[in-house]
Amino acid sequence: MAYALQQLINGLTLGMIYGLIAVGYTMVYGIIGMINFAHGDVFMIGAFVGIIVLTALAGITSIPLALLAAFIFSACICAVYGFSIERVAYRPLRGSFRLAPLISAIGMSILLENYVQVSQGALERAIPNLIPGGITLMNEDGFVVQLSWMQLAIIVVTLTVLAVFTYIVTKTPLGRAMRAVEQDAKMAALLGIDTNRTISITFIIGSALAAFAGVMFLLYYGVIDFYIGFNAGIKAFTAAVLGGIGSLPGAVLGGLLIGLIEAFWSGYATVAYKDAAVYSILAIVLMFMPSGLLGRHEVEKV
Amino acid sequence: MSPFVEDLKDAASVAFFAFLIFGPFIGLQLGDSMSGNLTLSSRPEALALAVGLTFLARLALLSWGRHRPAKIAPGLGAKVQKGGKFIAPALLVFAVLMPLAPGLPNAYIDLGVLIMTYVMLGWGLNIVVGLAGLLDLGYVAFYAVGAYSFALISTNFGFGFWECLPLAGILAACWGMFLGFPVLRLRGDYLAIVTLAFGEIIRLVITNWVSLTGGPNGMLGMPQPTLFGLRFSMAGGPGTFAGFFGISPTPGQRDAFLYYVILALALLTNWVTLRLRKQPLGRAWEALREDEIACRSLGINVRNTKLTAFATGAFFGGFAGCFFAARQGFISPDSFTFIESATVLAIVVLGGAGSQLGVVLAACVMIGVPQMLQSLQIYRMLIFGIALVVIMIVRPRGFISTRRPTVSLGKAKAIGAALISQGKG
Repeated sequence: MAYALQQLINGLTLGMIYGLIAVGYTMVYGIIGMINFAHGDVFMIGAFVGIIVLTALAGITSIPLALLAAFIFSACICAVYGFSIERVAYRPLRGSFRLAPLISAIGMSILLENYVQVSQGALERAIPNLIPGGITLMNEDGFVVQLSWMQLAIIVVTLTVLAVFTYIVTKTPLGRAMRAVEQDAKMAALLGIDTNRTISITFIIGSALAAFAGVMFLLYYGVIDFYIGFNAGIKAFTAAVLGGIGSLPGAVLGGLLIGLIEAFWSGYATVAYKDAAVYSILAIVLMFMPSGLLGRHEVEKV
Repeated sequence: MSPFVEDLKDAASVAFFAFLIFGPFIGLQLGDSMSGNLTLSSRPEALALAVGLTFLARLALLSWGRHRPAKIAPGLGAKVQKGGKFIAPALLVFAVLMPLAPGLPNAYIDLGVLIMTYVMLGWGLNIVVGLAGLLDLGYVAFYAVGAYSFALISTNFGFGFWECLPLAGILAACWGMFLGFPVLRLRGDYLAIVTLAFGEIIRLVITNWVSLTGGPNGMLGMPQPTLFGLRFSMAGGPGTFAGFFGISPTPGQRDAFLYYVILALALLTNWVTLRLRKQPLGRAWEALREDEIACRSLGINVRNTKLTAFATGAFFGGFAGCFFAARQGFISPDSFTFIESATVLAIVVLGGAGSQLGVVLAACVMIGVPQMLQSLQIYRMLIFGIALVVIMIVRPRGFISTRRPTVSLGKAKAIGAALISQGKG
């Protein structure tokens, strides 16, 4: 029981991070219908900017201030990355052959990984735990269930970011424009919505969310290298598909599920096969629900 | 405002973005201090250089855009396609004669083997992606199945390369069917992610099932391919190629033989594909790519059509994997990562999905050029990534974007890229 509770906490924390990345995938997919393969690498860029900022601010005694700076700085830089990636690699290919943006995105992903490897080295970079300690929830026969401050912080930050994001998408004119372009880009353009600008903003928001996820990943695990984007990206994309790609609540739900599957599989079965378990469950879910858990069933018009 | 001032402003804003992008990564560098803490050092010159280059590149691009002729030479792809009648046989003759050239360094034959392997993989994947229009991001799984089938069967049962080759192909095809079943109902990108997931699952199983596959350490001790029972050995003597023909053994003989083996396998793939395209099955694949609903309405069995596409593609992937294992004599999970799938898919798309000649050209560019850039080491993959993006932007439909219809009334006419609505349906 206690063990399960601990895995639940670990899984939720991890799932929050996946969920934040998955939102970026699902937004981009919803609005221009392409798999943004480079999104996982934007997450990695975010983590690296985070570690660079934290190293630069190593002298500062106030940790919350340093963390705040890391989050904000990383989100801004990643927003620039997302914006530029769309302008350089995806916009010229919009409306062209379906596979072209996918290959371009794969190229961009390879480019970003190697760019970081060349500029920052291939070594793993580590930071100490900046928010040590936690609260003990339960003590069962010597097995201590702990919710660390770090986990609590990650959950709180994610929920706050998602709340702001949900507000933007559902309540503001910008969010309305985004939803309109998602439903029918041509019609939205006819009604006076600047679709190019809306798509750019989608990339900016998605990348900023990935940056938050990246910094939290850095804080949670303490170790990053240039390759973390690939695995996290694929898992997050899996999460987006599992939840039904194009659906924002679905992305978060998918992320949480993937986090939980990973945590429970590592806890009760073998750690080695945890990724295989995630992918198998994806395949099984899609077999029975081809458009994901919360995805809209596509009506085909002939 | 004069156009030049406008360009300057544009380039300046691009340079500002470049500053933000390169700032943290090129301008600053993480390092380790003696005490094990992270340190940060700055590289202002490198940053200034990167930003300056971006500025100049943007300026050059803008002025080129203003001064270039209104229309670029019409349809390079169409010309290549038209000349395809001559280019393809010429390439074939070149490919057959290449190893016979006297004094050719061994490295070139080696490169030829590598390129031919990717040509074969490209042709195999072309059946799935180019003909049937199913996006497969996990093609490397079949390559891995072929390679490990050969390694496991030969080391455990003592079979040779030629006995294992069909087995590897059949096993890979079975995996293709197995993978195909659950994804039959999926479309487009759902299919893509599930195939990717299968590729990763196979790699993870190979990595973790140490007792069977040796895990990350890989497998050794596979037999070399033989020519009708004649081995290629530097020792010479009876039973070897050199001994049988009474010539002195050289390493070049083995490489040339391997080259011809992969050439034959690749040509087999091509031949089967071209034959199938003329038969109901191949026509059904192409029809499926263009419009699945129309296919269904016309009574084509969509399930079987998709499964055969997966199985046929996987079959040749298995062949290629078997050859790869035999050539290397050593395989490990590192050879079967996602980047391989991406490379093969890039070859197919870059060639112009569906074009057999395009795959050859793309494989030469994608595999040949990076090999020649070997000296650039860590910058190699960086350039590879940039090249993928740039080539896609310049030629989104690949090198050969025109298509000759397989069936036509009267005289067949090549269809221009603009008219091919492939991928939409």
